Amino acid sequence: MLSEYEWQALMLSLKISSVAVLWSLPPGILLAWLLARGRFPGKALLDSLVHLPLVLPPVVIGYLLLIGMGRQGPIGGWLYQSFGLSFSFSWRGAALAAAVVAFPLLVRAIRLSLEAVDRRLEDAAHTLGAGRLRVFATITLPLTLPGILAGTVLAFARCLGEFGATITFVSNIPGETRTLPLAMFSFIETPGAEAEAARLCVIAIVVSLAALLFSEWLARLARRRLEGAC
Amino acid sequence: MLSVCIDKRQGDLDLQLDIQLPLQGISAIFGRSGAGKTSLINMLSGLVRPDRGRIALGDEVLFDSSRNIHLRPEQRRIGYVFQDARLFPHYSVEGNLRYGSRKPDPKQFADVIELLGIGPLLQRAPATLSGGERQRVAIGRALLSEPRLLLMDEPLASLDLPRKRELMPYLERLAAEVRLPILYVSHSLDEILRLADHLVLLDRGRAPLQGPLEDLWGSEQMRPWFSVEELSTVLRAQVVGQDLRWQLTHLSLGDGLGLWVRKFEAQNGQGVRLRIRANDISIVRTRPQQSSIRNILPATIEALQPDDDGHLMAVQLRIGTQRLWAHITLWAAAELALKPGDTAFAQIKGISLNPGDWTTQDDRTAIPGTHPR
Repeated sequence: MLSEYEWQALMLSLKISSVAVLWSLPPGILLAWLLARGRFPGKALLDSLVHLPLVLPPVVIGYLLLIGMGRQGPIGGWLYQSFGLSFSFSWRGAALAAAVVAFPLLVRAIRLSLEAVDRRLEDAAHTLGAGRLRVFATITLPLTLPGILAGTVLAFARCLGEFGATITFVSNIPGETRTLPLAMFSFIETPGAEAEAARLCVIAIVVSLAALLFSEWLARLARRRLEGAC
Repeated sequence: MLSVCIDKRQGDLDLQLDIQLPLQGISAIFGRSGAGKTSLINMLSGLVRPDRGRIALGDEVLFDSSRNIHLRPEQRRIGYVFQDARLFPHYSVEGNLRYGSRKPDPKQFADVIELLGIGPLLQRAPATLSGGERQRVAIGRALLSEPRLLLMDEPLASLDLPRKRELMPYLERLAAEVRLPILYVSHSLDEILRLADHLVLLDRGRAPLQGPLEDLWGSEQMRPWFSVEELSTVLRAQVVGQDLRWQLTHLSLGDGLGLWVRKFEAQNGQGVRLRIRANDISIVRTRPQQSSIRNILPATIEALQPDDDGHLMAVQLRIGTQRLWAHITLWAAAELALKPGDTAFAQIKGISLNPGDWTTQDDRTAIPGTHPR
């Protein structure tokens, strides 16, 4: 049904988006918790910094990644020399670009959900002898789960659509960094390939729709569990 | 002994408390809303930190501002039953019950479930429970965390009347069967009378009155807290016999004084606490002949206090070793020319006592595993 070329772009997109979201989750939860519960100087600044990728042109993000995380960049160079880890012109770089762009959406959803958690339940757990870590793991985190799921799916969908930062940072290499949007861009640039572009367009719509439906289903499941209908 | 000596400013409320409570039985914290009841037990539980002072449970210091000690709630082993139950919505009833268990003890688990009648609810989700069931589960959850002290913040207040009636017998069983000191916050004197042994009065951030319930109930300082209809006295008595023919129970007040009341189930020799309303007592100068009232007791007048209403006189009587409030009209008080030190007779209507007016005082038998350690 799918050509090898389309299949490659689709699988690459899914891989890059999954890796990007999974690596974003732990720091995303930590930052969301800091922003929801923490009281420290510079909180407003941190909040703005986290949200910056949401408003910056993706090209700017790609450019910043290129000079910061490239093999010659200060962070990228250190990572390459210490761990042999390279982001330039590889799918890892594409995942990094997608993660940065989708991060604010993830943090925002988790933070809203954390703020909605009833603190009085945490108090009750403390009076039952549970320390802070146990309360976080058994009360706060499970009650935040709907928000974490929503944020994950939203971030995943954003990663699938990532274009500007990716093409700026890691270019458009078939099989390595050519995700669905980049493949489509290549077809649009090629005269006479309108049909192929249209096919990729349909694939993108189907994948995004599936992700949204999946998230809706998860949210309903979580709601039902909390309301105790099962 | 739980000793609390703390200052705390919270919004408009300026709390300055100095309270000593025995570590046995149920101590009621009574006061109108805004008196600082919940603030007090939040500080005992460690959820709120006092500004200054010291809290000690037995030998252990829970809070001491001068030594910078403030144990966190999870370090205090003080159970807390919240007014709104606060069950964890994502755990089943059983998961909630086991949340605070230190070590699984099937015997204790079974005992607590039996005591509170929550066996059939174990697999249910908290959201599907009624208000009364939620409170029972919350009480069980607190008991199973093996606390040294149990705080209960108006567990009946958020329930409607049928639910209150449903939960009350469980609280009475809890009071009778669990050997664990309990602090019971309430603004209902009826609840307190049925459950508590010890009373602390809170009024605008101060605790002007504390002591055994029977001693305080009829005291002059408590009188402003009762309405005219509510003013009453609590007497200690002992069951000495049942009259099956007339369906009456015979009680002894000590000093050879007896009292006949409507028959209720009790063993001979059992201690009873009895509430007698001031409106159900009348005073006569000479012992009446052929009266329908069976309980006529010699009394000495201790004090006379005109009521704020302007038509009633509250008369404090001494009967044997116990004190008793009686309400008579100002007119009657003037005509009888009553004054402190006079002797008279108190007529008590035995049929006016309802089941809510007495509680039997049995020796508290302990549920295994719920001993305070």
